[in-house]
Amino acid sequence: MNAIEVENLSKFYGPARGIENVSFSVKKGEIMGFLGPNGSGKTTTMRILTCFFPPTSGTARICGSDILNDSFSVREKIGYLPENVPLYMDMPVFSYLNFFAEIKGVPSRMKKKKVDEVIQRCELQSVSHRLIRKLSKGFKQRVGIAQALLNDPEVLILDEPTVGLDPKQIIDIRSLIKGLGGSQTVILSTHILPEISMTCDRVIIMHQGKLVAVDTPSNLTKKLQQAPKIMLKAEGPVSDITRTLSRLSGITAIDRKEPGSEKNGFYEIEAEENSDVINEIAKSIYENNWKLKEIRPVDMTLEEIFIKVVTEEEGVNNK
Amino acid sequence: MSWYSIMKREVSSYFTSLTAYIVLVIFLVISGYFFYTNLTMFVTFVGSDVKLGLWQFTFQDMRRTMLLLLPLLTMRLFSEEKKLGTIELLYTHPIKDLAIIMGKYLACLFVLIVMLVLTFLYPILLKIVYSVELGPLITGYLGLFLLGGAFIACGIFVSSLTENQIVAAMVTAGILILFWSIDWNEGIAGTKAMVILHQISLFEHFYSFPRGVIDISNIIYYISITFFFLFLTLLSLESRQWRGKK
Repeated sequence: MNAIEVENLSKFYGPARGIENVSFSVKKGEIMGFLGPNGSGKTTTMRILTCFFPPTSGTARICGSDILNDSFSVREKIGYLPENVPLYMDMPVFSYLNFFAEIKGVPSRMKKKKVDEVIQRCELQSVSHRLIRKLSKGFKQRVGIAQALLNDPEVLILDEPTVGLDPKQIIDIRSLIKGLGGSQTVILSTHILPEISMTCDRVIIMHQGKLVAVDTPSNLTKKLQQAPKIMLKAEGPVSDITRTLSRLSGITAIDRKEPGSEKNGFYEIEAEENSDVINEIAKSIYENNWKLKEIRPVDMTLEEIFIKVVTEEEGVNNK
Repeated sequence: MSWYSIMKREVSSYFTSLTAYIVLVIFLVISGYFFYTNLTMFVTFVGSDVKLGLWQFTFQDMRRTMLLLLPLLTMRLFSEEKKLGTIELLYTHPIKDLAIIMGKYLACLFVLIVMLVLTFLYPILLKIVYSVELGPLITGYLGLFLLGGAFIACGIFVSSLTENQIVAAMVTAGILILFWSIDWNEGIAGTKAMVILHQISLFEHFYSFPRGVIDISNIIYYISITFFFLFLTLLSLESRQWRGKK
């Protein structure tokens, strides 16, 4: 069963487009990443899913409950961390979490246990009696995440959960989120691309309010990388190497990269699909008595995928 | 019971920040000053009618003080949440809009009750030296409570419209002053319109209370005004459901 089903969701702010015709579904227990530049519609989509405001047209279902007709039960099922983490600054962490446990309808005999549990999970023990106003950005962020986890939501919606955290905290939060996958469904948005490949099962790429791609990070790489690329590091006369290698069959382009010298030449080689060029290159270097330092296929980074998807939006849609 | 959680949070927010204390202190100082001045005046000039006249004057002065101070209590109720963005949390939690409004309204009403109860000190002090009739005192406080409740409802509504607290306070005070003075200009309004304007005026309905008279129509008036503004607040919160729809 799909935990989240989104159908033709559109949202206009007056004439301005928030999102247009966004449809996707998220399976139960899946971690879905939202990727896109600022203003691409990630937050708008999340705000519609959390019933903060209704869509202009289209609808969505969360665990079977419709966001328009059954918003109360949708809100019972979700945990939400909004962008910029709004908090009641004049409350101590403990009272803040207590308040939200009550609002979420956590039964009073479970309340203390639940609050203690999220304090533990988000490592807030040391600050639980301090005013939120006095906490560092990282702690505030974790208070926000703790709030979202309070009622063991079936669907967790996190808008940029790792912004403003230090590297160790980011790793902690990521492993926390990864640990949720399987039992809970998670949607998270981010600018940080490695975060997606590290934590998410699938990615949605949004651009200018439209959904431009939905797939697993590895599939996206495969789909978009038309020509395999090979990185080569070799020692030897640059012009000879370039000339010899470009004569090999299957190689379409060879490009010398800076910085490079006779001793340490970097080359980026583009090859035809399905050709076993790495072996050929290695053989040829060996036969010419040059020294092979390093050779490896280059996977497209998510940054490149992202740029590619966004610039070739139409092309992807037509595939 | 989520309205109760909201109320608890708001009350503790009033008393952990300085807002409630400052408003309470100002109210006590000013109403104490009015009480003292009125008492002196009655003792010096009128003498005989302290029992009735004193309370009429004092309650009407307290009423004006409330007009200035209650908007300072109500201004933050929604504006602050909008500014901080915490309203997004409330809206995305399983809680009815009505429960949010009731929680906030009752919290502010609680502060009003504390405000009024603290001024019981003045009649108690007077009672020590002079016999005080309880009737007008009780009805007078009932009047202040009903009036204050209507002020707060108006303030909550305005606060739900803006994220700027200062604007909320100023507009609330403006509306209340307009309600107060709406029946002042008999010359322009004409007698027929005057009848209606008297009915609308927030303060016209107050005069009977400190005289010890409970007029059901006045009570109904204040309760209707309160419900009217709370209803507008509900519409204002619910407007997010239809704004931006085709």
